[in-house]
Amino acid sequence: MTEFTPFVRKDMLEPRDPPGNQQGPIAWARENLFSGPMNTVLTLLGILAVGWLALHIIPWLMHSVWNANSLSECRAIIAQTWGPDATGACWAMVRERWHQYVFGFYPMDLYWRPTLAFLLMLVAIAPVLYQSLPRKMMWFTALYPFICYWLLWGGTLWAPIVVLAGFGLFALAFRFAAPKLGVPVSAGLGLLAAAVWWLFVQTPLSTALNGIIPLSIRDVDSDQFGGFLLSIVIGITAISASLPMGILLALGRKSDMLLVKSLSVMFIEFIRGVPLITLLFTASLLLQYFLPPGSNFDIILRVIILVTLFAAAYIAEVIRGGLAALPRGQYEAADALGLDYWQAQRLIIMPQALKISIPGIVSSFIGLFKDTTLVAFVGLMDPLKGITAVVRADINWKGIYWEPYIFAGTIFFLICFGMSRYSMWLERKLKTDHR
Amino acid sequence: MKKSVFLGTLSAAALFAGIAGAGTLEDVKARGVLNCGVNVGLTGFGAPDANGNYQGFDVALCKAVAAAVLGDASKVKYAPTTGETRFTALASGEVDVLIRNSTWTFSRDVDLKFDFVGVNYYDGQGFMVKKDLGVSSAKELDGATVCIQTGTTTELNLADFFKANNLTYTPVTVADDSEGQRQYLAGACDAYTTDASGLAASRATMPDADNHIILPEIISKEPLGPLVRHGDNVWGDVVRWTFFALVAAEEYGVNKANIEEVASTTTNPEVKRLLGTEGDLGAMLGLDKEWAKRAIAANGNYGEIFEANIGSATPIKLARGLNALWTQGGLQYAPPFR
Repeated sequence: MTEFTPFVRKDMLEPRDPPGNQQGPIAWARENLFSGPMNTVLTLLGILAVGWLALHIIPWLMHSVWNANSLSECRAIIAQTWGPDATGACWAMVRERWHQYVFGFYPMDLYWRPTLAFLLMLVAIAPVLYQSLPRKMMWFTALYPFICYWLLWGGTLWAPIVVLAGFGLFALAFRFAAPKLGVPVSAGLGLLAAAVWWLFVQTPLSTALNGIIPLSIRDVDSDQFGGFLLSIVIGITAISASLPMGILLALGRKSDMLLVKSLSVMFIEFIRGVPLITLLFTASLLLQYFLPPGSNFDIILRVIILVTLFAAAYIAEVIRGGLAALPRGQYEAADALGLDYWQAQRLIIMPQALKISIPGIVSSFIGLFKDTTLVAFVGLMDPLKGITAVVRADINWKGIYWEPYIFAGTIFFLICFGMSRYSMWLERKLKTDHR
Repeated sequence: MKKSVFLGTLSAAALFAGIAGAGTLEDVKARGVLNCGVNVGLTGFGAPDANGNYQGFDVALCKAVAAAVLGDASKVKYAPTTGETRFTALASGEVDVLIRNSTWTFSRDVDLKFDFVGVNYYDGQGFMVKKDLGVSSAKELDGATVCIQTGTTTELNLADFFKANNLTYTPVTVADDSEGQRQYLAGACDAYTTDASGLAASRATMPDADNHIILPEIISKEPLGPLVRHGDNVWGDVVRWTFFALVAAEEYGVNKANIEEVASTTTNPEVKRLLGTEGDLGAMLGLDKEWAKRAIAANGNYGEIFEANIGSATPIKLARGLNALWTQGGLQYAPPFR
């Protein structure tokens, strides 16, 4: 009888690496790219497509020319350096015409004004975007539209000041009437007072004040605006005006008051049912027929108003989605605390509804900003079509095709990507749930 | 009730438009600036340069009108117009005159209520093909693929031409001239068709211009001219005769350089009337004596404007062709100044 020595392992085996075909890049590729005949074929086709694109685009980009005075000169330089059959990008066009892409036909000696307005805009929106900044900066944000208008269009400083006084009048009327008459009626009264001020007092007063103390800088006409200056002016104004309007419309649509509700529904459904380009044509063509000839209702202003209305209808629906997502308990809790309608909206409902709607709101904004290029169809100089058409009409640059699109597209991408990243950051920051 | 208010507003607006539109000449003088509707993207005819100054064959006519009416060729406010907005801009009074390579057609003149006051450029639709296609006439284009801008009258002309000659073709529609040029160069079509002036400009900027030819056939009539609102004949006369003054100046050899000298030395009574040293033509138009002189001095006579913007000295190299004076076998003909 042989004796068995029982074997008892006392320590654990060292974990071993999985076999070579189960780990590392090979395993990853097998699992993700070549997991079956279908996927293998698709992968190979994909590699071919990417390779083919790279083969065409990379040499084209490598052969870029930055210093030339015309497309034919570009071609000559490329042919000389890279051989007669080489193709290359002619960025010399961008170098020579970038200022038109950025400022349109704004007078060259006044480029500092839009530049300053842009820098101040960054200061003005900073406290809106980042809660950690001092709240007092909001005062500057409130004043910014007037400063910006004055810097961009020029004219007398008194005009924006007197317009501002109209808002002061509105606030004053609201403040005195609100305790007695409630929010909607006193807001209406304030608006009436301000409208009377703007319609009848505005022009004579600012002219008179300018007569006493002239504070004028050079006028710049709207038709000299163009390029990204125009896109950003329309985009930013419409974005900042459409959000409050959209909130009001969303609340109106959920209101119990029949008139408010039906007006909001009609507005939203009408605007959403009509293409933006139709509204733009209305702005540029139809309004001209109804206004007395010679009345100079600025085309950019007309376009901004209609783009704002358009965006507001979409924002309203996005916010209504946010409102619908709130549990009923939140409304009841607000009632139980004894808050009135506006307090409840401001303190409890809206902060949550807006948080839910952030992705939708930001994608509306991104869409709106890109839609500003549609103004080309009403004769404004947008960066994509308007300015590009002007550049191509120059005999020196006629025939240039991809470069202007790539240039304008890159700038649009940077701005829109920035907006999207900001919204994701904001979502993460405001995340309070435990999902 | 609501409807009648609406109609009332409309007719009031129309009345306003009628009243204010009755005297464009007075409006322009009072404003001190001519609102001229122009193209912003047509090589040689109208486009702003790198400094934002408008240049071109059509733009020069705006300047001439401003010089005649206001005494200063720089007092023009150029209103950029697109193919869609141009006629409304004119009808609504946003611009005083539209000089935007617009073809004079029956329906535009009659139905849209405009007056074409002249033809500053006789254009026509042509074809460009690659030389190695071995085609020398448009009638040999049977079965060809043709690049054509969609939504334009050129598309209809093309269909008519091929049908009339019993030929077949495959259209490749493109959105605008730059795309058309690109598709043609990339070999997507055998022939590219658009206005002959546009073909010449495209060809001039191609990397291998010598490999492309413009076929001799012109398949449509495109008389391009300035237009004003119907019914404002005083203003129409001003624009019309400003243009004729430029044509007449070329005929009588008056140009930018010699105009002062001619004005003081000429013995030709017609030239004297034109330049205001004799007679009273300016007053009949509601302008001063030297209106035509200023118009000519602004950019030179018709021939000089042509040569400076689109003529053989420029890269576009358009021949005068139909736009030569009638004395040289062309169609440009100014009625007598008397």
